[in-house]
Amino acid sequence: MAEPHIRVAGLTLAYGSFIIQRDLNFTVNRGDVFIIMGGSGCGKSTLLRHMIGLQKPAAGHVYFGEQGLWDVSDGERARLMRRCGVLYQSGALWSSMTLAENIALPLAEYTRLNPAEIRELVSLKLALVGLAGFEDYYPAEISGGMQKRAGLARAMALDPEILFFDEPSAGLDPISAKLLDDLILSLRDSLGSTIVVVTHELASIFAIGNNSVFLDPESRTMIASGDPRKLLAESGDPRVQAFLTRGIAHPDGH
Amino acid sequence: MTQEPEPGRQLSINLRDDALILSLSGHWTLSSAKPEDQGLSGVIEQLPTSAAVSFKTENLEDWDSVLLTFLTRTIDACSKRGLSVHLDGLPAGVQGLLKLAYAVPARSDAHHEETVPGFLESVGLRALAVWRLTASLLGFIGEATQSVLRLFGGRARFRSVDFWQFVEECGARALPIVTLISLLVGMILAFVGAHQLSMFGAEIYIAGAVGIGMVREMGAMMTGIIMAGRTGAAYAAQIGTMQVNEEVDALRTMGIDPVDFLVLPRVLALVLMMPVLCIYADVMGILGGALVGISTYGISSSEFMGELRKFVHFNDIAVGIFKCSVFGVLVALAGCLRGMECGRSSAAVGLATTSAVVTAITLIVASDAVMTIITTLLNI
Ligand SMILES: Nc1ncnc2c1ncn2[C@@H]1O[C@H](COP(=O)(O)OP(=O)(O)OP(=O)(O)O)[C@@H](O)[C@H]1O
Ligand SMILES: [Mg+2]
Repeated sequence: MAEPHIRVAGLTLAYGSFIIQRDLNFTVNRGDVFIIMGGSGCGKSTLLRHMIGLQKPAAGHVYFGEQGLWDVSDGERARLMRRCGVLYQSGALWSSMTLAENIALPLAEYTRLNPAEIRELVSLKLALVGLAGFEDYYPAEISGGMQKRAGLARAMALDPEILFFDEPSAGLDPISAKLLDDLILSLRDSLGSTIVVVTHELASIFAIGNNSVFLDPESRTMIASGDPRKLLAESGDPRVQAFLTRGIAHPDGH
Repeated sequence: MTQEPEPGRQLSINLRDDALILSLSGHWTLSSAKPEDQGLSGVIEQLPTSAAVSFKTENLEDWDSVLLTFLTRTIDACSKRGLSVHLDGLPAGVQGLLKLAYAVPARSDAHHEETVPGFLESVGLRALAVWRLTASLLGFIGEATQSVLRLFGGRARFRSVDFWQFVEECGARALPIVTLISLLVGMILAFVGAHQLSMFGAEIYIAGAVGIGMVREMGAMMTGIIMAGRTGAAYAAQIGTMQVNEEVDALRTMGIDPVDFLVLPRVLALVLMMPVLCIYADVMGILGGALVGISTYGISSSEFMGELRKFVHFNDIAVGIFKCSVFGVLVALAGCLRGMECGRSSAAVGLATTSAVVTAITLIVASDAVMTIITTLLNI
């Protein structure tokens, strides 16, 4: 049942000679909602950038199925990357285009749909994230939370196999955050996508995650992985416990 | 020791054997008067390592971050010498904040080291920077060329809306400033030339001087520099902002080559419009020269035209247009290169813009020198 989808082996993340994280080893299975968690600045976004092929690892590999992301040709890597949809931490909508154009661009690029069909699809995707009727707005004309949702609609444009989310619920009110979590789960169930989420919202972590990796900024490596609920119940590591219980179980015991 | 409470801070240092007691009183706030340093650091230096430091604050009226910085400085100095520091004499709020400040130890490698290089080192660093610029520019020219090839192969895609918008932006919208500058440059050339020529009574040669000067050199050069400041800077800022917002990453993950999508339409638009702007600038410059010649030196318009025809040949116009096209490529590439290299902060966008203009103007002047030498040698 658990078929590996992305495998990270011996990955070291660095900016120049400044090592952010080293020796990361974990596997994301098909259909997982995989959580990348850890304190602020520990390198979660950086890990995500390595997994989607934007940054070359200092050492180690990222495998999509059998293919190593950095062992194949540039063209092949671009093809692998196109199987991923990404929601960036800042939304990253193309600011010179309307929401509809943002979502239509990848569709026009990689499908043979005619403009009317694309328009229909765009409206559907926007409706899915609760932005029906905002087709002709520019990103600067909508709120930050709406930009996040529009970014999600764009990430889903090509019905990707793997969706990456960088802090999807940051900047959303609790109700919208909950709706987004539900949306993520229903995407997984209806499209069969694998989902990788960077988040530190505890509510989200326990509500949607069924697998995870925990990055520690001090030792600069992963110190736990697995189902977050199991980690909470079974992990003996005080740092993991502190994170998952909002510091109630503090590492120093107070 | 009890003094009139005045708006200011007082520190008294009591040293008894092994105990250093610092009594703080008055207003330790950002707005209060600063007392002179009472040699506290010297006192701490001379304490025996068995000493303990404590604080007394009964007369402390008011405090803010100023007190905290004083305390952290003192505590750091003490802990460097291994002295023990007792904080219990301090107000509870101060103790809480100090605990916060020392909760996470400062990461030693988080501080960026800034060293001031010596003379030789800085010469070397400059040389390396020039080399890096050359390498990155050549690499970028290579990428852009590949992208043009893809365009002809029908594989590079950008939105035609974007392209026409850039054409409008660097064509029609640039006309007012090009008009103004070229007219003025033409007039200046005419005045400078006429002043010398009138000594020989040869004012009539103004037409030739202005014509050749504008068409071969100044028209192209001025257009290049205007576009560097106007369009090159805009390109760097637009693409740089897209870097900051992760929009360029988003293009990459969608499998869209950012060079094809962002750089190509900008370069093409500018390269398309530069010759047009150059011809327009030539005409405006000559018009400026004619205005001066006709109004001040009594040359008739038909004489002026006749002289112009005698001196300015098709060669000269072609050389000017060729130069201007080269400048267009350089300006567009410098702008896009700096934008693509931009870091991930708004300060980086400012740097990218400045450096795009500086790079473009340097390249314009350098390439103009080379092209002038070549055309002179070849007698074109
Ligand atoms: N371009 C860069 N150059 C050098 N260092 C960088 C760069 N970008 C990020 N860093 C460093 O990498 C570390 C990890 O950054 P990253 O953005 O991955 O953190 P994060 O875990 O996503 O944090 P957050 O939860 O706040 O988003 C930080 O310490 C940061 O200083
Ligand atoms: Mg992040």
